[in-house]
Amino acid sequence: MIRIRKPLLTGLVAALVIFASTATTTTVSWAAEKFIVLQSTTSTANSGLYDHLLPIFTKKTGIEVRVVAVGTGQALKNAANGDGDVLLVHAKPAEEKFVADGFGVERFDVMYNDFVFVGPPSDPAGIAGTKDAVAALKKIAAAKAPFASRGDNSGTHKKERALWKAAGIDPTQQSGAWYRETGSGMGATLNAAVGMNAYAMTDRGTWISFKNRGDFTITVQGDKDLFNQYGVILVNPKRHPHVKVAEGQAFIDWVLSQEGQGAIRSYKLGGQQLFFPNAKGGPGNM
Amino acid sequence: MLDRVRMSETEDHDGILPLVGAGISVRRNGRNLLDNVSLTFDGPAITALLGSNGAGKTMLLRVLANLVEPDTGTVQWGGRSPDAARAPRLGFVFQKPVMLRRSVLANMKYVLAAVGHDRASRTDRAWKALRWASLDRLASTPARLLSGGEQQRLAIARVMATEPEIMFLDEPSSGLDLASTALIEMLMRGAASRGTKVVVVTHDIAQARRLADDVIFLHQGQVLEHGPADSFFDAPKSKQARDYLAGRIPDSPTL
Amino acid sequence: MQDFGAAFGEAFRLVAAFDPDLFEIIALSLRVSLLAVFIAAAVGLPLGATLAVARFPGRGGAVVFFNALMGLPPVVVGLVVYLLFSRAGPLGALGLLYTVTAMIIAQAVLVTPIIAALTRQLIEDMKPEYEEQLRVLGAGPFAMVMTLLWDARYSLLTAVLAGFGRAIAEVGAVIIVGGNINHVTRVMTTAIALETSKGDLALALALGIILVAIALVVNGLVMGLRDTAKRMGYA
Repeated sequence: MIRIRKPLLTGLVAALVIFASTATTTTVSWAAEKFIVLQSTTSTANSGLYDHLLPIFTKKTGIEVRVVAVGTGQALKNAANGDGDVLLVHAKPAEEKFVADGFGVERFDVMYNDFVFVGPPSDPAGIAGTKDAVAALKKIAAAKAPFASRGDNSGTHKKERALWKAAGIDPTQQSGAWYRETGSGMGATLNAAVGMNAYAMTDRGTWISFKNRGDFTITVQGDKDLFNQYGVILVNPKRHPHVKVAEGQAFIDWVLSQEGQGAIRSYKLGGQQLFFPNAKGGPGNM
Repeated sequence: MLDRVRMSETEDHDGILPLVGAGISVRRNGRNLLDNVSLTFDGPAITALLGSNGAGKTMLLRVLANLVEPDTGTVQWGGRSPDAARAPRLGFVFQKPVMLRRSVLANMKYVLAAVGHDRASRTDRAWKALRWASLDRLASTPARLLSGGEQQRLAIARVMATEPEIMFLDEPSSGLDLASTALIEMLMRGAASRGTKVVVVTHDIAQARRLADDVIFLHQGQVLEHGPADSFFDAPKSKQARDYLAGRIPDSPTL
Repeated sequence: MQDFGAAFGEAFRLVAAFDPDLFEIIALSLRVSLLAVFIAAAVGLPLGATLAVARFPGRGGAVVFFNALMGLPPVVVGLVVYLLFSRAGPLGALGLLYTVTAMIIAQAVLVTPIIAALTRQLIEDMKPEYEEQLRVLGAGPFAMVMTLLWDARYSLLTAVLAGFGRAIAEVGAVIIVGGNINHVTRVMTTAIALETSKGDLALALALGIILVAIALVVNGLVMGLRDTAKRMGYA
């Protein structure tokens, strides 16, 4: 005779057991009570800088830093909505406007690296070894060589557009032809560029840590126009009263301090330094 | 028995007997499935509903059970229009009864819960009805794993557990072997002896002879005969009934 | 394509090494998606069954609406939930953005229409068989809905499973409302997106393979359950 077993019930119990066990393992990571949300550009996160920097800060202060890594444009927008305590991005004019509009308290220089152009070894525009970024862009346009742009209003994209403007070219008219707007992050854009043999502009930190380079190399570097400054801003508590002022300010103070700046300097990937601290007037540099 | 009949006519306000259909017609796709049918069910006897395929037997039961609204005519339960509250007083065993996807016992309890019995009396009544239908041995078996005959018995037990005044059965033993058929006939007699009016649609004339106290003969949606079983089987009045009983193709053109 | 072989090697190495970070991510993925599906089922199953059984004006429109919502892009759900929970949004004061709770809510919103629409279809297909039988057995509309749900329980597992598949695989919603914060809101799909953006395709693919393995195990379990039920005439 067939005995009644209850397969559905058994299944549910099993699911609940799995669920309960996962619940207990993950609540541990919620335990840290003091935390700030850092709205950040992707390059600092993807290059591994935060993995090096933040544990030192957390160990010293007990403050956990929760990094939301998005494009600079989205980070600015999120911070303006109050969805973060501190902002760390790289688009100086936009950052200054952010502060002027009352969303941020004050902007501080933190560090810099530089942008580079990368491209395929065939170098269809013949720009390898060039220092002049604007001239290189003109050559790319003249050769109608494929160029992959972020197209996402990020810090890198803002910088790229400024360079095109300086070259007197509006590449968006060629959008879809040789000018390819990926509308995605730096990594995705580099993946796309490698995939379609296109030139691309990237910050050096992301490039050094990027693993899917194929046979691509740096073709343009060293122009002072390619300088890439990072800034840090505390989100304005007058605008968003829930902002964790003390903890957020503690992070800013630390990252501008000699210890923080030293930690940035000491982060190396493959023997290369990725970011160059240049805080001035920060409380740590007195 | 007569006393009971009279009581249900006059005093039992919650009862559904007598169950009366008056001038019922149902048309589907331009065909008259039922054509001006009038009849009354009352008393605990067994009525056989006979007629060839398509005569309208199943449709008639569904109309009387308030599952289908007739196009014309009325149905009255105990002198009033049918209502959902009294629906459980009418038991209906379909030709292919739907076994709920649970055990035999749970099927029983489901029905008892639906008509509002509390938990304790549900268990009690469920086991009683299962023993009555000789299904207690199978109480924990999934209902859908029962044989065809066992499923029919469960369907009857399920209905009888709620002690209905009248039970409709639509070809309850079609496709069953002789032993299963005998068991089902036993249950129908048992139901009638417990005071439930039984109306059974069957194509098994021998079965109708064994069971029925009276017979209704439907032909093309019309009641042609309604009378005591003996006189129907011994001397059917209509030619159609004579053809039906003899198994002749009705109105067949001479070859 | 050296990435492909490397990915399998990497996936195997990650699992074999019992990498704690990896298991934290897997656990969070399961926690978020299982809870989201649980909530979505609690809403979607009765909703779908009611839509199948009830007859009311505008029912046709509601059916089309839920069917259409099955194709809702996760990014759109993410965006809507973000706008709700952003400090500048109407529910900003709750402070739920960039939390696991927000991720669960977003996935529940995403999955509920899927479960509701599939449930409605399943129950509606089952209704002709059951409707008259249940009516003569004395079941009212509420009992009808509950009975159909219970008797369809093993078929409905498929609907719930479809919802789970959608939840565990989506990245668009959780990355916006969760923020992909390491050790807090990072789940398998957002980790895959991150590793892809770092160009670490082998690690990304390894995570993808583990995700598929989990989906296979869950589907296998449910299928086994259904087979058992089928043998017992319960499905």
